[in-house]
Amino acid sequence: MAEVEIKIAKLEAEGLSTGKPVTLWRTAWRRLFRRKSAILGMIILGLLVLVAIFADVLAPYDPYQVLIGVEDVRMRQDPCIHLLGCPEDQPQHLMGTDGNVRDMFSRLLFGARLSLMIGFTTVSFAIVIGTVLGALSGYLGGWVDIVIMRVMDVLLAFPSLLLAIAIVTILGPGIENALLAIGIVSIPAYARVTRASVLTVKQMEFVDASRSLGGGTAYILFGRILPNSLTPLIVQGTLGIATAILDAAALSFLGLGAQPPTPEWGTMLSAERNQVFTAPHLVFYPGLAIMLTVLSFNLLGDGMRDALDPRLAQKGE
Amino acid sequence: MFTYILRRVLSSIPVLVGILFVTFALARMIPGDPCRAILGEKATDAVCDEFIHRHGLDKPIPVQFGIYLSEISHGDFGDSIRYGKPVTELMIERLPTTLELTIAAMTFSIIIGIPMGIISAVRHNSVVDVVTMLVANTGVSMPVFWLGLMLAYIFALVLKDTPFQLPPSGRLSPGLSPAPFVEVWGWEITSKGLVNAFEFLSNMNIVNAVLTGRMDVLLDALKHILLPAIAVGTIPLALIARMTRSSMLDVLGQDYVRTARAKGLPRSRVVLKHALRNALLPLVTIIGLSLGSFLGGAVLTETIFGLSGVGRILFDAISARDYGIVQSFTVVIAIFFVFINLLVDISYIYLDPRVRLE
Repeated sequence: MAEVEIKIAKLEAEGLSTGKPVTLWRTAWRRLFRRKSAILGMIILGLLVLVAIFADVLAPYDPYQVLIGVEDVRMRQDPCIHLLGCPEDQPQHLMGTDGNVRDMFSRLLFGARLSLMIGFTTVSFAIVIGTVLGALSGYLGGWVDIVIMRVMDVLLAFPSLLLAIAIVTILGPGIENALLAIGIVSIPAYARVTRASVLTVKQMEFVDASRSLGGGTAYILFGRILPNSLTPLIVQGTLGIATAILDAAALSFLGLGAQPPTPEWGTMLSAERNQVFTAPHLVFYPGLAIMLTVLSFNLLGDGMRDALDPRLAQKGE
Repeated sequence: MFTYILRRVLSSIPVLVGILFVTFALARMIPGDPCRAILGEKATDAVCDEFIHRHGLDKPIPVQFGIYLSEISHGDFGDSIRYGKPVTELMIERLPTTLELTIAAMTFSIIIGIPMGIISAVRHNSVVDVVTMLVANTGVSMPVFWLGLMLAYIFALVLKDTPFQLPPSGRLSPGLSPAPFVEVWGWEITSKGLVNAFEFLSNMNIVNAVLTGRMDVLLDALKHILLPAIAVGTIPLALIARMTRSSMLDVLGQDYVRTARAKGLPRSRVVLKHALRNALLPLVTIIGLSLGSFLGGAVLTETIFGLSGVGRILFDAISARDYGIVQSFTVVIAIFFVFINLLVDISYIYLDPRVRLE
């Protein structure tokens, strides 16, 4: 036994493969970590997740607390940072105070929670429905395929933001309805991606094998084909979170999404938009926060697309 | 070739019907009584009965859909209670502003985006490439309304009293009110359709200024449209730059490009003639599809720059819960969107000779 182990160690030292299977996921991880932009995306996202989890601890103030009478601060006060020379006797507000004299920095930190929540819920909703529709469409073919894909074509025919606006106008403004609307308009993208990969995978031999062993339709589709068509969905999902966050911010900006006083970045921006010439920091920071969040998902999604691309894997990149 | 065009035109018909059905269904999903949702809470029973009867709202749903289709095919979108005039009239007023902004933004993003992508692809992995892609990635990640506000702040306040100062709102400087070209040319038109069409055209300030030869108005209009166009165009610009880059990289690796270089053609000619022409094909599709992003951006940006286009009217209609306006403008824009994508498909006949043989 020991001899075998020594042999393996020797072989490994010589750089020879000992037959340990190299999975797609392992190579993909390795390639993902080799891309600087993907790492940057992961770092930003990691920080955001930490901020979202520890917002209670990190935030110096309650995001809803109006500071009139509590401290000597004015409405829309410029940022006061002690390290940068702001007098010590003044209360520190890293990003100033907003139009209702609340601490901007604390509100921004709590906004991370909502923003990530928005991204993940809408995309999960759209992925679940889109995947089922796309999988049925690709696997069953025939009239099921025609009906589902025509409906998706119609949804895609609308500029997505406009359709979302129309849906929320009907359903009534509010964060839940905004999330539902964004979820609905992003279903077609996932349905199309799933359908395309199911069409390829269902031709493969292991599917025939499964069927000849007596597997039922539902088992073959959801137990065998879908797990093998996941890669494009993961990429699409990551990039989709970026779009969902942007669209949700846009709806909030139009007054259709999260309602004040919720510390949501789009809503915060919308509330202070007329103050851009007098208190630009109140507009600048929420927008920057949205941008960084969206950027992190975009960088990560792009990196994953390259890392999971089998054509690149064969080139040994 | 004709079968190709015919097939494309026919295949867009079910999509059009689908669009009309979706907007029709959305309007029927308004909670509560449709009459009071459209006319307002204070409408009396008598007014409502008359309204419901006139619009066939007491008939079966398929008949209602039929009525809706026939009204729209006649260009009749009903009246807006809020503005006290037909929605069609509002469209003639408002659509040109948005269209003008969309076209300006598109021009901006194409003029900057394509060269950016080409340079990145030719100098693959160089500093230029890395910086361009970083800018492109940041560009796609910015909320358009935030970019608009920041541009307004920088160009109207920070750069005030420098040559780079730009107006942050409006379409023309106060005092400039150019006459529509039809009046300048002294045309007498009686046909209602033509009057509307010409009014639509002359509501696009830039077109009207060119047609009437007013250079001062043209310059002023261009100056006003610059900031909103940059704001709206940045996200699609980033998309176009990225797409040009990857498409060019694909093409530059092809055998015929190497052959062209090997037979001694200058690099610039190979890149701009042999490679770019083939790389442009997927780009045309992307530009057609990103029209939705331009329009969405225009809707979000108009309110920031004080432009009274579709965005402004939608914004007001949303706050006033004027469903009719939201619905009508959505339909018109979606139909327009389908039409443009149909044109893109048809343009492939000229761009890609292989399509002709299909």
